[in-house]
Formats: sequence, structure tokens, C-alpha cells
Amino acid sequence: MHETLSQIPWALVLILLPLVTGMLAFLWPRLAIPLGLMTAAMQILAVIGLGWQIHSTNDAAYHHAVGGWGAPLGIVLYADGLSLLMLTVTALVGLGVSIYSVEYFQREQALRFWPIWLFLLAALNALFLTADIFNLYVTLELLGLAAVTLTALAGSKAALDGAMRYLLATLLGSLCYLLGVALLYHSYGTVDISTLAERVEATPAVWAALGLMGAGLILKTALFPLHFWLPPAHASAPAPVSAILSALVIKAAFYILLRLWLTIFSPLNESAATLLGLLGGAAVLWGSLQALRQTRLKLLIAYSTVAQIGYLFLAFPLAAAAALSTWNAVAYLALSHALAKAALFLAAGNLLCFGGHDRIADFDRVVRRLPITAAALALAGVSIIGLPPSGGFIGKWLLLETALGQGRWDLVIVMLLGGLLAAAYVFKVLGHSFTEADVMHEAGAVPKIMEWSALLLAIAAVVLGFLAVPVLDWFGLGEVVGIRAVSS
Amino acid sequence: MSLAFTYALIGVGLFTMGLYALIVHAHLLRKILALNIMGSGVFMILVALAKRSGDVPDPVPHAMVITGIVVAVSATALALTLMLKLNATSGRATLVDDRQD
Repeated sequence: MHETLSQIPWALVLILLPLVTGMLAFLWPRLAIPLGLMTAAMQILAVIGLGWQIHSTNDAAYHHAVGGWGAPLGIVLYADGLSLLMLTVTALVGLGVSIYSVEYFQREQALRFWPIWLFLLAALNALFLTADIFNLYVTLELLGLAAVTLTALAGSKAALDGAMRYLLATLLGSLCYLLGVALLYHSYGTVDISTLAERVEATPAVWAALGLMGAGLILKTALFPLHFWLPPAHASAPAPVSAILSALVIKAAFYILLRLWLTIFSPLNESAATLLGLLGGAAVLWGSLQALRQTRLKLLIAYSTVAQIGYLFLAFPLAAAAALSTWNAVAYLALSHALAKAALFLAAGNLLCFGGHDRIADFDRVVRRLPITAAALALAGVSIIGLPPSGGFIGKWLLLETALGQGRWDLVIVMLLGGLLAAAYVFKVLGHSFTEADVMHEAGAVPKIMEWSALLLAIAAVVLGFLAVPVLDWFGLGEVVGIRAVSS
Repeated sequence: MSLAFTYALIGVGLFTMGLYALIVHAHLLRKILALNIMGSGVFMILVALAKRSGDVPDPVPHAMVITGIVVAVSATALALTLMLKLNATSGRATLVDDRQD
């Protein structure tokens, strides 16, 4: 039994299962919900299986040549600690969002939601498991198209407008990335990441490739000042879709940037790191200030995403001197932000269901009437602010400690200000949910499943704070960073 | 300057022209066309740079371009559908300007 389980190619399961169930859900819409839930649950198992396989290899990385064809001609699936981290985030958020969506979508929308959501999962998993830069392009496009379609699902004018902006931005980003791929392939004759990492030198062509791919990916990650498309798209999409977009889709582009940064572009790191750190700092401050100004909850959460993405980029200038602790901080930030942000958007969806609007000032005694949702908002807020003992606290603390150790007071101040502003916008929401609104309104019914799935995601984000050592051990990012040191 | 390099330069020119048009024009059909022209630019660069040495071109970039064309066709189809839907709901084929709202 033990033997058979370790023989299953879990990486293939992660890609094929959502792809197949997505098609089945499209053909037989009546089976869509059981298929979707089954896939979401199976993903957790497959990620655990894959993690176990990674740990049992010598170099802490999993390789699978699809169809028995190796690197230059065939497609190789590759997974290490970083891939495992992203796959875990996807599986956890995926399960929470899937359970929520069972009740959220009405008949007509559910028909469209489930197949596309499963295709999006397949694209995400394939993206995290790929080992060459061209397949990254293909999976990035699959992900972008699925995400845009989900954004447009509501069909309203605002949703279509947001989706259109998103589509134009994501296509532009992909084309810039593809041009970078063309330059790298022309210079070194391969698209395999590890081979490229061995051959690459700081030539003008590689600089141009870094500029193009970096710009394209930053646009897709919505780093300041290229975040213009994010708030309209994330605020106008249905609640579970906003959760997926904020928690997973932009993280995928960040993952590619980080992966390329650690391998191919490591000779160029020093000069580009300052710029990324600067943009990250600007994103933290600008995103938080904009979030504070918003009067609608979903827009507030969307701007909070812009700010939290900034934290991930603050790590780049710190990584040169203390790679392991910095990337561990990024791993924790990414993981806890994904869980907390998904919980926030799902809770916002509950409030929309409940009051029919998401104007913060008009929330009417939410705490008394929707206690579970209010608890989800509060707990997720704690993690977003970075208060102990949440996962967000561990991530921010690790990053802060590294910055202090290197005497980077500018980054320390940005992080602390970002935390204060985050506290301000979270308490603004919580404050209004305790009070009575000027205009009383009848409460719409909110299904219990929707309340509990939001709360469970928020609890997961907080519980992460207690599990820092085992979680970081399991991902073992030291190996990822160590491999870079050998190859560069 | 070799012929392949000239083609690659034209590709860069197409990419830049497309980028300019994408930013400048408000009408969505023009934006979608601009993205397609940018894509053609990238494909042209890939195909031109496939000529490495001798008479036999490198087949890998050609395979990439074919994949890229498939992606571009699907993306264009989605973009056109979105544009039509947007036109049907809002009565115009441009993005809503935030500053006017």
C-alpha cells in the first residue's frame, strides 16, 4: 500500500485531474459540484503525496519526464520546495473557495463557474510544476484567459469593463514575457531553466530579457505603478472569483518572477533588486493609503492586495545578504496573505449577500447578525495587519528582522507604516460592522457553509502563526536557495 | 547586416508600433488589433532568429510560434466576445473612463 502510493506520479495527477474534471463538468453540468469538490479534496492529497516524494529524493527536487521524453525535446515536470509552497497555497485556498462556491453561485452562473474554475486550477498547478520558460508562457496565458473569463462571470457593465481591462493588461504582460523568452532562447539555445541558469552571463541580451520579462510579470503581479487594472477587476468579480484572483492568480506571476530571479537572472540581481525594492515600498504605502480612502469594502480589499504584494517585493534588496531568512519570510507572507485575503473576499461576499451592498459606512450591526462572518473578517484582518500570533506576523517579523540586521532603516520604516495603515483600514471595516447604520435594512439569508468556509480560511491564516518551524521545514526553501548558490 | 537580423528588427518595430497603438487608441477593436500586431512582431523575431548557421533553420522557435498563434487566436476570440458584450451592455466599445464617473 505504502509502495503503491509513493509510485503514483502525483505531479501528473495535479495537472490532469482538474483538466479532466473540468471537461466533465462542462459536458455534464449536473455533476459539476460533486466533481469540483472531489477535485479540490484530491488536490490536498496529491500535494501531500508530492511533498512526500520530494522529501524522499536526494536533492530535494522531484523530476518527471512526461511520456519518457527528457529535457531538450520533451517536457519535464519539476517540483522543489518553492513549487510545493505554491501548490499548497493553491490546494488550501482552492478547497475553501470550492466549498464556498457550492452555495454562492445560482444555477445559471454555476454552469459557467465550475468548468472554468477547474481549468484555472489545472493551469495553476501546471505553472508551478513546469521547468522551462516557454511552458511557463503557455501556462501563464491559460491562467490569464481563465481568470479573465471568471472576472466577467457576473455579466454586469462594471464586471465586463474590469474583465476587459484585465485582459488587455494580462495579454500585454504575456507578450513582453514571450519576447524575453525569444531573446533568451536565441542567446543560449535552450528554454530549460536549469540549463539556462548554468549558461547565462550578464550580456545586453540578458539585460533586455530581464527588463521585458520583469516588466511583463510585474504588470501581471500588479506591482505599483502597474496595478491600475487590479482594483476594477477584483472589485467587480463575484466574491469567490475575487478570492481566487487575489490569493492565487497574481501569486502565480510572482512565483515566475521569483523562480527566474533565483536561477536565470542571478548574475544581474544586485542592480535590479534596488528598483524592485523601491517599487515594493511605494506599493505598500500607496496601496494602504488608497485602501484607507475607499468607501466600498471590495475595493478596500483590492487595494489592500496592492499593498500586500509590495511586501513581497521588499524582500528582493534584502536577499543578497541573507537569502534563506528573506525567502522564508516571503514564503510565509505569500501563504498567509493568500489565506487571509481569500477569507476577506469571501466574508465580503457574505456581507453583499446579507445587505445587498458593500458600502462600509452602511453596514448594519453585522457582528450581532452575522457573527461568524464578522469573526472571519477580524481574524483575517489580524493576519493582514501582521499582529501576533498570526501567519502574517511571522512573515512580517522575519522580514523586519532581516532588514534590521542589515541596517535597512528605510525598509523598516516602510514596513511599520504599512502595518499601521493596514490596522487603520481593517479597524475602519470592523468599527462599522459593530454599529447601527443610519438606514436600517432587512437581512438577506446567508448560507451557513459560506460563513464557515470564510471563517476556516481565516483561522488557517492565524494558525499558521503557531506552526512556523514545521511549515518552513516542510517546504525546505534552503535547498532551493542552496541550489542557486551552486549553479551561479 | 544579415537578412534574418533585418527581419528581427522589423519584428521589434511591429512590437513597438503595437504597444504605441495599444496605449493611444481608446476604441477596443483598435486595442485588440494592436495586441495582435505586437504578437506578430514577437513571432517574426522568433522565426527570424531561428536562422542560426547554415541552411537548416532551428525548428524549436517554429514550434513556439505555432503554439503562440494558437494562444493568440483564443485570446483574440475572448477579447472580441468581451468587447461585443461590453458594447451590448454599455452601448459603446471603449473602456469607461474613471475620471468621468
